[in-house]
Amino acid sequence: MGYMEILIGGIFVNNILLAQFLGNCPFLGTSKKMETAVGMAMAVVFVLVLAGVITWVLYAFFLVPFKLVYLRTIAFILVIASLVQFVEMFLKKSIPALYAGLGIFLPLITTNCAVFGACILNIDKELNFMKTLVQSTAYAVGFGLALILFAGVRERIILARVPKPLQDTSIGLVTAGILSLTFYAFKGMI
Amino acid sequence: MAKTFTQEFTKGLWEEIAPFRLVLGLCPVLGVTTTVENGIGMGLATTFVLVFSNLLVASLRNIIPSKVRIACYIIIIATFVVVTELLMQAFAYPLFLKLGVFIPLIVVNCIVLGRAEAFASKNSISFSIADGLGIGIGFTLSLAALGAVRELIGANNLTLWTTPTSVIGLQEVFGANFEPFAFMVQAPGAFVCLGLMLCGMNLLGSK
Repeated sequence: MGYMEILIGGIFVNNILLAQFLGNCPFLGTSKKMETAVGMAMAVVFVLVLAGVITWVLYAFFLVPFKLVYLRTIAFILVIASLVQFVEMFLKKSIPALYAGLGIFLPLITTNCAVFGACILNIDKELNFMKTLVQSTAYAVGFGLALILFAGVRERIILARVPKPLQDTSIGLVTAGILSLTFYAFKGMI
Repeated sequence: MAKTFTQEFTKGLWEEIAPFRLVLGLCPVLGVTTTVENGIGMGLATTFVLVFSNLLVASLRNIIPSKVRIACYIIIIATFVVVTELLMQAFAYPLFLKLGVFIPLIVVNCIVLGRAEAFASKNSISFSIADGLGIGIGFTLSLAALGAVRELIGANNLTLWTTPTSVIGLQEVFGANFEPFAFMVQAPGAFVCLGLMLCGMNLLGSK
């Protein structure tokens, strides 16, 4: 697989939200307003790329040589949790504007399946270091793209007259299905 | 608040049935429910983690300092997820391969962490086990229901369990002439199907 293929595949064809179903809680939870969606998308891009690279290094240079592969799940979640904490402290000190923009979304990322799932998928696919970097970036951009598109659609739904039982999450899920269908059309690209 | 063991158990089955009422833990709900079998397998794995993490969190609730409690809960949950992974590799390897990335993802399933924080950290051990069992079985039932709808319409089958030699379940439920509606077993169908089921539950609940 070439780098271009990984990039396009990660953003469109195997979109982490709409084709792989990872990170759906923040997808539905933070997409009601464009502002929160942009904040969440930025936070995920930031953490997912860092986490993807760091977990790859941890796996290749620590877990495999010491035969601790079965502890992968526990090791990765610890790394992600401390990474999020560290990024939060770093941003607070050095880039307060960005920190204020991301707000509460940064700590929430610890339990975002998209970040953890992407790290596990990278390892399962046995990618090398550069490919992991490209793949993580592609997943992160795909997440942001889908979330921001969906938030745009959802802001319009508020203006529509939706039948009572379908309101809120229910219509959100159906809309996500239609959005997922449009991404499905990218299947022929690769 | 004189709640009994049974009440804590049954509330997870309808009142607070996890994916529908709380809209938590949607990733496995959407990702693995292409067949009933996958749904049940995923549900049981989650129930196992839920019960044991609730048990441990409840028994340690007076020892864990409140400042670092979330980190402690995550470590407890991750431990049981690793146990589940190893057990499934030993005893249910085909199912483990089918569920793939979603087994390690139980760690970040909001339901498990949510129950630890909202229930087990404040209640006694026996109540916490009842709560874990109830929510877990409710989760399993919802996964199985969604899996049943998607598999029936999308593949015209109903697989309950696969053994190495045979398949327990129904084949060609609507007859051989039924053309399966493949949309349902693919990604977009999952969202639409869950959305419509949620709508149905809202209709039932509003009466």
